[in-house]
Amino acid sequence: MNIYVLLKRTFDTEEKINIQQGKIDEDGAEFIINPYDEYAVEEAINQRDQHGGEVTVVTIGEEDSEKQLRTALAMGADKAVLINTEDDLEAGDQFTTARILEAYFEGKQPDLILAGNVAIDEASGQVGPRLAERLGMPYVTTITNLEIKGESADIERDVEGDVEKVQTSLPLLVTCQQGLNEPRYPSLPGIMKAKKKPLEELELDDLDLDEDDVEPKTKTIEVFLPPEKAAGRVLEGEVNDQVKELVSLLKTEAKVL
Amino acid sequence: MSETKEKMFKGGAFIIEDLEPEDIITPEDFTDEHHMIAKTTEDFVAGEVVPKIDKLENHEFEHSVQLLKQAGELGLLGVDVPEEYGGLGLDKISSSLITEKFSKAGGFSVTHGAHVGIGSLPIVFFGNEAQKQKYLPLLATGEKLAAYALTEPGSGSDALGAKTTAKLNEAGTHYLLNGEKQWITNSAFADIFIVYAKVDGEKFTAFIVEREFPGVSTGAEEKKMGIKSSSTRTVILEDAEVPVENVLGEIGRGHVIAFNILNVGRYKLAIGGVGGSKIGIELSAKYANERKQFNTPISRFSLIQEKLATMAAKTYANESAVYRTVGLFEQRMSNLSNEELNDGKAVAAAIAEYQVECSLNKVSATELMDFVADEAVQIHGGYGFMQEYEVERMYRDSRIQRIFEGTNEINRLLVPGSLLKKAMKGELPLLQKAQALQEELMMLMPEEVGSEPLEQEKYLLKNAKKIGLLAAGLAAQKYGNKLEQEQEILANIADIVNEVYNMEAAVLRTEKAINKSGLEASSLKLLYTQVYVQEAFNRVEANAKETLIASEEGDTLRMMLSAMRKLTRHDPTNVIAKKREIAKRIIEEEKYVV
Repeated sequence: MNIYVLLKRTFDTEEKINIQQGKIDEDGAEFIINPYDEYAVEEAINQRDQHGGEVTVVTIGEEDSEKQLRTALAMGADKAVLINTEDDLEAGDQFTTARILEAYFEGKQPDLILAGNVAIDEASGQVGPRLAERLGMPYVTTITNLEIKGESADIERDVEGDVEKVQTSLPLLVTCQQGLNEPRYPSLPGIMKAKKKPLEELELDDLDLDEDDVEPKTKTIEVFLPPEKAAGRVLEGEVNDQVKELVSLLKTEAKVL
Repeated sequence: MSETKEKMFKGGAFIIEDLEPEDIITPEDFTDEHHMIAKTTEDFVAGEVVPKIDKLENHEFEHSVQLLKQAGELGLLGVDVPEEYGGLGLDKISSSLITEKFSKAGGFSVTHGAHVGIGSLPIVFFGNEAQKQKYLPLLATGEKLAAYALTEPGSGSDALGAKTTAKLNEAGTHYLLNGEKQWITNSAFADIFIVYAKVDGEKFTAFIVEREFPGVSTGAEEKKMGIKSSSTRTVILEDAEVPVENVLGEIGRGHVIAFNILNVGRYKLAIGGVGGSKIGIELSAKYANERKQFNTPISRFSLIQEKLATMAAKTYANESAVYRTVGLFEQRMSNLSNEELNDGKAVAAAIAEYQVECSLNKVSATELMDFVADEAVQIHGGYGFMQEYEVERMYRDSRIQRIFEGTNEINRLLVPGSLLKKAMKGELPLLQKAQALQEELMMLMPEEVGSEPLEQEKYLLKNAKKIGLLAAGLAAQKYGNKLEQEQEILANIADIVNEVYNMEAAVLRTEKAINKSGLEASSLKLLYTQVYVQEAFNRVEANAKETLIASEEGDTLRMMLSAMRKLTRHDPTNVIAKKREIAKRIIEEEKYVV
């Protein structure tokens, strides 16, 4: 099987977000593989071990993303591709990403593409589905189980806590949800082998794309932090009065009623 | 340039030599692979070990065995074992990073350390081909677990006073071992023990003893103050039958193995101390930000800030010093040929070369750990005294570190002892330097110190080295062969040498970082160095003064003190202001950062 994983480098979940001049400050921050993409890498490796074939991990980003690709290689992926847009693009959105990936997949014969359900930074959940549309293949999101038999795939997906069972066919794109598997730790032999595995670097030019082709369809107007949590309030007096006061506060202050 | 790369440093030479930043390995030199190995270890400990700590503390050792096997699957047990024996044969930095990251595992880090370090390394370094083939592949995967049995009820620091005996049976096939080994880490479940016994009651010898051999048993689990997650029992040998092919190294040469393995154990312990201190800082900074008194997070109080900054500056200096030693080992070991690596003598010589550095690191980093644990509890106030808080366990766990692998007192005495030996053998021209210094001091004029970054610190470092030589030279002159009896003076000298090693490591690391990444990116490193060097210099001065006063009197003493004043004269750094700057960063990041 020809298996591909779409991977994004994101902030470590424990990083604090600081905003400097309208942008998220990345100075000194730690980066990781987007946790949902880790499920995708793990699943890809398991499917390959079961059915044979090759796992290629693809990311769009900057030179620094190489570290996350190496980690995926250390987990057991076979090849990695970095589409480096550092010099070409100033801004991008989900359209940009899907369009670049579409160009990347041109002429390739993927049987299975796996992505995270969302990235923990921007959390749009769009890239996978949009790419599948562009490639004209079926897609299933938030999967928690995947069984492939020949050309067909039995899938369980998480629907707001319920399970939906779906049957579809390859080639196929899926996005991975927590519960699908337990991603492995990259082993030390894996880390040493990863050094020698192929990591290809491409630029927009190599994909016959111009900056204009991938110009974002959206514009970020403002980036801001959620308001700081205010201190709680304890209502006092008779219970009846407290309830009345609460209802009135919910109407006038919180404006939820 | 290639010449500096090839430069190999003699152990202890730093006292009289001036080094360049390129001469030492620093954490900023770690490769991507090193960082990945560290991350795997960190994630494994956080994800698998930490959730089980309560069970481990409760002596449910089946989990220890299970966790070690899991660690083995990831390769975390095979780093120091050569590839041809089923290990990974990685460099010393990799194995050190694993040790550092295991410190989050509390007492389980001792379990892990005893297996990969003092348990497995005797066979790695001193085993013959057959022994390596037989045991190392099993140890590297965790299929078999190892322990180290040196201490006895009557012999701790005086290891060679062991009473356990070994006697060849009549058939000449087995040694019969009799005796009791005490406080043996991993003894509840270890399959293989490295045991020291005296053949015919005289010849101190190391043996590989399997748990399954007839006559081997263990006592009851000890009730300890800390590191409860590790198993500690006696190992009882009653006519224990050990095949002759399980003699490790040469008969009568067990001390070579014992002492060199302890050297490695010491620097590994120091790395653990640095790792543990980083955790202490993180817990303290987080807590200080959360905890409010007088409607103010206590991290805003400058006395709390002072604690965090001191913890961090000391951690920086120790981290620099410990990885400096790791670099020395790596360089020397990787320069050994395959033939030499299979020859116990060459390996022992390579390890013994840095005996002084190992002892220095052990003393300094375990005292750092104790200091940090103590301050971490203090920052937590009454909550730090409660078992729900991690610092309570950290405080109890850290206490043993100043005691095992050679007490810090023994390690202090080893430092001047081995330096003097090296001087006598002509390996280090210490005495010549000390004499030259006395002449130099007569002529010494005050020096203008520039205001460029690190100029002041380099000046203080240079003078600290001279002060150390002055004090040591004077004490040696005064007491001659009887210096051995003056343990207080020897400890003072060891402490001065230790400060010099740490100061120099911090200065060179910071300089290397500035050269590589610029001053702005290295601003915190510079602050740490300024604070540490100033405070260390004050300690050097106090120790030297005490030594002079104990060695001379009257006019000679006054003359020596005034000579020393020439060396201690300087414009002191405002450490209070610098510490506030450091604390700001630590509080912001809620962890130790550089």
